[in-house]
Amino acid sequence: MREVAIVGIGVHPWGKFPGKTFVDLAQVACQRALEDAHVRWTDIQLVVGGEAPYVGVPGMQAGSTISERLGYHGVPCVNIWNACATGGYTLATARAFISSGYCDIALVVGSFMAPGGFFGAQSNDPNDVDAQRFRVLGMTNPSMFAQEATRRMHDYGMTHFDLAQVKVKNSKAGTLNPYARYRREFSLEEVMNSPMVAYPLHLYEIAATSDGAAAVVVTSLEKAKQLTSKPVIVAAFSGPSPSYPNTDPGWYTNYFGGDSTVNTPAAEPHAKAVARGAYEEAGLGPQDLSLAEVYDLSTNLELDWVESLGLCPPGEAEHLLRNGDTAIGGRIPINPSGGICAFGESIPAQALLQVCEITTQLRGDAGPRQVQGAKVGLSINRGLGGNTSAVILKR
Amino acid sequence: MAQTGTVSGQVPALEGWFTWPPSARPALLGSRCKKCGDYFFPPVGVCRNPNCMGTEVESVQLSRRGKLWTYTINYYQPPPPYVAPTPFVPYATAAIELEKEKMRVQGMVASGVNLDTLKIGMEMEVVLEELYRDGEGRQVISWKFKPV
Repeated sequence: MREVAIVGIGVHPWGKFPGKTFVDLAQVACQRALEDAHVRWTDIQLVVGGEAPYVGVPGMQAGSTISERLGYHGVPCVNIWNACATGGYTLATARAFISSGYCDIALVVGSFMAPGGFFGAQSNDPNDVDAQRFRVLGMTNPSMFAQEATRRMHDYGMTHFDLAQVKVKNSKAGTLNPYARYRREFSLEEVMNSPMVAYPLHLYEIAATSDGAAAVVVTSLEKAKQLTSKPVIVAAFSGPSPSYPNTDPGWYTNYFGGDSTVNTPAAEPHAKAVARGAYEEAGLGPQDLSLAEVYDLSTNLELDWVESLGLCPPGEAEHLLRNGDTAIGGRIPINPSGGICAFGESIPAQALLQVCEITTQLRGDAGPRQVQGAKVGLSINRGLGGNTSAVILKR
Repeated sequence: MAQTGTVSGQVPALEGWFTWPPSARPALLGSRCKKCGDYFFPPVGVCRNPNCMGTEVESVQLSRRGKLWTYTINYYQPPPPYVAPTPFVPYATAAIELEKEKMRVQGMVASGVNLDTLKIGMEMEVVLEELYRDGEGRQVISWKFKPV
């Protein structure tokens, strides 16, 4: 199986763009990625597009829709939905096609126009647990993240200051990122004084929803070396569904309840499993990471990720945060892009954005955000439906 | 098997998920696999243990009490199909841990509970309460949790 590398990246800034469509944003990201790769659209042999939800049929087949906008030229379009893991899965799919020898060059893209406010139910179907959790539990996505936060406060003594400090740290990084939606530094006071949405999470500790698009051109490593002096190798992909028994109380799965351990001990926690799978494939460990982009849908989740990545023992992520270890310039920068804190979430594009940031860092092009000597980066995320993905990139 | 239809102008929010009609000792209804004995909530039609996949499951009443495992207090009104009371009142969504079944289940916290008193580890029990009134004026009833 051939190795696969990233040769081009393109990002449409995150924000709110009324009057535009997800196709408009995707077009910009794709054109930038193709230019960055020095590859023509007609050289692309495969398109993999992440679905753009909530916008009907064109969004369901986003890869095809985007290909039509760029100009159909007879190549396969794969259209993928894996919730928040969509970006990772689109990259993994292109990688699998190339590494098997089916084709040499692929364009991978995710783009989204977000509705305002909470993501809501998609149907009134009594069999749709995603709809029923709103009606019967009043459980929004932030409710879920907040339950995780309350438990973390109990288990490890995470404080309201810690919850706010993640936002402060990431907002500082966001000021250095021209693609970020929020490019000002938030203070601890204003984060802690922002309205309480779902205890213990304040508004500024929870991801906004944003419009945004990111695209990547990937090729075989052999081809990549012809195109660039800085190919970034996709060293691993991990995207397991949860294992049984999953004792989380319905989080990210059926919302209403966890599995029973009356006969079988709890399986490895899902977040840990996805990280471990990536390390194993890459033959690397947490000590090898130069940086990581992790899915901070709310600020407590960044702390959970630091531990799931094995960067410190359980319960110590707050210490790393307080010591500045996870800031740019620290021992192990987490979310040097500014994270979802600075961007808001654009579901199918977010994991690709993580990949674009890591690629920029590994190329040494991150300017004031640069992690010195960056060689290995990990992108990781988790979403509804038990969907997760992790990608390791290396120079 | 839970009764269907209305009882004194009341309907269950989700049929078969809790004992019906309302009684003094309501309970959640889970499933138990006849082959491997694992419990499931919400109820299932076939066993979800991937090493079993048994096709025969039975409806069982789950423990009525459990320890509060985690919770949140919601201050913003969720989108539909959540039906908000007017005026909207902050409410808690909680997970409790059932001792016998060794599993965690979710529910709203019953109205009238002082949310400041919620503490992880406290004992809670299942109660039934009106969730909202439907278009025909019937009470839609759901399970909730209340400190013992």
